[in-house]
Amino acid sequence: MDWTIFSFLLADGLQNGTIYALLALCLVLVFAVTRVILVPLGELLMFAPLSYALLLQGQFPGTAWLSASMLVAWALLDRSRLRLALALLLLAGGLLGLAYWGSHGAPGWVAWLLAVLVVLPMGPATYRLFFEPLPRGTVLVYLILAVGLHFVYQGLGLVFFGPEQYRPPPLLSGEANLGSLPLPRQVFVVYAFALLAMLGLYLFFTRSLYGKALRACAVNRLGARISGINPSEAGRVAFLLATAIAAVSGMLIAPLVNAAYFMGFLLGLKGFVAGILGGLISYPMAVGGALVVGLLESYSSFVASAYKEAIVFALLLPVLFWRSLRTLELGGEEE
Amino acid sequence: MKRWFFLLVAALGLALSQQPAPLKIGVVVSATGPAASLGIPEKNTFLLLEEEANKRGVAGRRVQFIILDDASDTTQAVRSTRKLIQEDGVLAIIGTTTTPASLGMIDVVAEAKVPMISLAASKSIIAPVDAKRSWVFKTPQTEELMARAIIADMKERGVKSVAYIGFNDAYGEGWWTFFSQEAKEGGLNVVASERYARTDTSVTGQILKIIAARPDAVLIGASGTPAVLPQRTLNERGYKGLIYQTHGVANPDFLRVGGKDVEGTLLPAGPILVAEQLPSGFPSKRPALDYITRYETKFGIGSYSTFGAHAYDAWLILRPALERALKNANPDNLTAFRAALRDELEATKNVVASHGVFNYSKDDHLGLRFQDTAVMVQVQNGRWKLVRTFR
Repeated sequence: MDWTIFSFLLADGLQNGTIYALLALCLVLVFAVTRVILVPLGELLMFAPLSYALLLQGQFPGTAWLSASMLVAWALLDRSRLRLALALLLLAGGLLGLAYWGSHGAPGWVAWLLAVLVVLPMGPATYRLFFEPLPRGTVLVYLILAVGLHFVYQGLGLVFFGPEQYRPPPLLSGEANLGSLPLPRQVFVVYAFALLAMLGLYLFFTRSLYGKALRACAVNRLGARISGINPSEAGRVAFLLATAIAAVSGMLIAPLVNAAYFMGFLLGLKGFVAGILGGLISYPMAVGGALVVGLLESYSSFVASAYKEAIVFALLLPVLFWRSLRTLELGGEEE
Repeated sequence: MKRWFFLLVAALGLALSQQPAPLKIGVVVSATGPAASLGIPEKNTFLLLEEEANKRGVAGRRVQFIILDDASDTTQAVRSTRKLIQEDGVLAIIGTTTTPASLGMIDVVAEAKVPMISLAASKSIIAPVDAKRSWVFKTPQTEELMARAIIADMKERGVKSVAYIGFNDAYGEGWWTFFSQEAKEGGLNVVASERYARTDTSVTGQILKIIAARPDAVLIGASGTPAVLPQRTLNERGYKGLIYQTHGVANPDFLRVGGKDVEGTLLPAGPILVAEQLPSGFPSKRPALDYITRYETKFGIGSYSTFGAHAYDAWLILRPALERALKNANPDNLTAFRAALRDELEATKNVVASHGVFNYSKDDHLGLRFQDTAVMVQVQNGRWKLVRTFR
C-alpha cells in the first residue's frame, strides 16, 4: 500500500464515516430523549432522495400518500384537540397538493425541497402513532416495535420505488483536486452539512429552551415532567430533528452512492455501530465512532473485501463487552 | 315452454361436458418482491401465450396457465408448487424466476414426479442430472456459457490479464467459479478477485487493489443497477482497460442509472437483446423478433425484456413436447402423462427459440451451445450495440 492508495482510502473512509456520523447523531438524539433505538432511520433517509428521483421523472411519489395518511391518522387520534387536528389535516392536504405540483413541472430545486418536506412529517407521526401509545414501554419493547417499522417502511419503499436504484443529480457537479486526490464536489456539501448539523445540535442543546427541555427529558423523564416539560412533545421534537437530518443527508449522499429501497438498513446499522461505540449517549464519541467505522471499512475493503462487513460488525463485540463491564451497576429501567 | 328450456339447458350442459378439460400448466413467477422486474415480463408473456395458444389449441385442446406469484420468496414458491400439483393437478410446472426458489422447488416436483422448466440462471438447477434433477429443465443461459463467451471475446481482443469483482453472494461466487475456471483453460492470467455487497455504497478499496494489479480487462460479476458502482469507481480512478459486465445487467435500468459511466461496457447477452441487429442467418433472429412484435403489440412499444423471452422459450419447448406426449398418453391419467411428458421434454431437439437452439439430452437439461445463445454487446450512446456473434 503506497501513499496514493492510502490517501484514496482515507478520503473514502472519511466520506463514509461522515454519513455514518450523521446517522449516529440522529440515533443518539432519539435514544437519549425517548429510549427508542430508531432502526427505521435508514428508511427515512432513503425515502427523500427516491421521492426526489420520482418527482424529477414527473411521477407522484407514494411517500406523499404515506406521509399524508400518517398525518390523517394522527389527526384522528388527537381529534379532541380540535385546532391541532385541523392543522394536521390541513398539512396532509397541503403535502398532497405540493407533491402534485412537484410532479407536474415544478423547478428542480422546488422538487428537492419538496422531497425533504414530504418525508419530514413521517418522523413525528411515527412517534405519535406507534411509540406514544406505549408511554411506559421498555427499551426492548421499543426496539421490537422499531424493527417492525423498519420492515414495513422498507417494504413500502419497494412498492413505491421498485427494486432498482436511482441516481438523482448532485447539487455541485464535477470534481475538485486536493493535491493528487480527485474528490467529487458534492462530498464537500456533505462535509459542510455534517459540520452544520453538529454545530446546530450543539447550539440547540446549549442555548435554546427547547434544547434544554430535551436534555432534561434525556436525563430524567419524571423530573422533567414535574418541572412542566411534556415528554411526548419532546419525543416528537427529537423525531422531527432526526428525520430532518436523515432526510437532508439522504438527499446529499444519494448522488454519490446511488439510492435504492434497500440502502437504508445497512447505513443505519453502521450508524448504530458508531452510536454504540459512543454508548448511545455521547455525541462526540458517536461521531468519532462513525469515523472509526468508516475508515475500518475502507481499509478492510482493500485488504480483504470478502470479509469487510464481518470485520466492521466484529468491532461491536469487544466494544459491547467493554461497555457491559463498565456499566454493570446500571441494571434496571428508570421510572 | 318450460320443458323446452330444460331440454335446451341439458343439451348445452352435455355439449360443454363433452369438450375435453383444458391442459393445465402451472406457472410460478416472482411478480412482486425484489425480483419483480424479471418476473413481471414473464407473467405478461404467459398471459400473451394463453390467449394465442387457445386460438389453435394444443392438439385441439385448450391450454390453461395457472399463474401464481411467489413474491421472490423461496417458501412461497415451494408452497405454490405444492398447491399447483396437488390441488390443480397440473401437467407441468414452469418457473420460477430466481435461483434459490427454483432450487427449493426441485424436491417438490421430484417427489410428485412432475416435469418442471425453470426460468432461473444458475447451472446448479439442472446439473448434475441426478434422480431428482431428471425432472428439471431450464431455459436461461448459465454463467458457464456466458463466461465462455466472455473469455472467447477477451482472447479475440488480445487480453492477457484479467481481474474480477463480484457480489459476495451466490451470484458473484457462481460467476467467479466458472469465470476463473474458463480463464485458466483459456490461458488468461487472473490477477485479482474482489467482492462487494449489493447494498454497498463504496467500493474504492477493492477498485484500488484491482487497478494496482494492472489488468487488461475487468469483469464485474453483478446484476442490475448495483453493477454500476464498481464501473463508476473504475472510471473515477482512471482505469483505462476493458470493462466487462455479465448478462445480469441487460435491462434498461442499468443504462438509466449508469449513464455516461457505462459507455463502452462489453457484455455477453442473449441474442434477443439486439434482435434487429442480428445477421439474417442467425437462428434466433426470427423467433426473437416474433416474440418482440407480439409482446409489444399487447403491452406497448419498448416494453419487452430478455427475461420474458425465457418464459417464451419455455413454452416453445413445452408445446411440441405436449403435442408428442398427447399422441401416446392420456392426460386424464396424471402420473403416466407427466412421466411421458418428461421423456418427451428430454427428447427436445433443435428447438429454435429466442435465446438459442435447444437440444436436451439425458445429461444436459439446458441444451444450449454458447455459439448460438450468447452474443457480445457493447453499450454505445446509451444503447445496446451488437459487436460480434460467435457463429
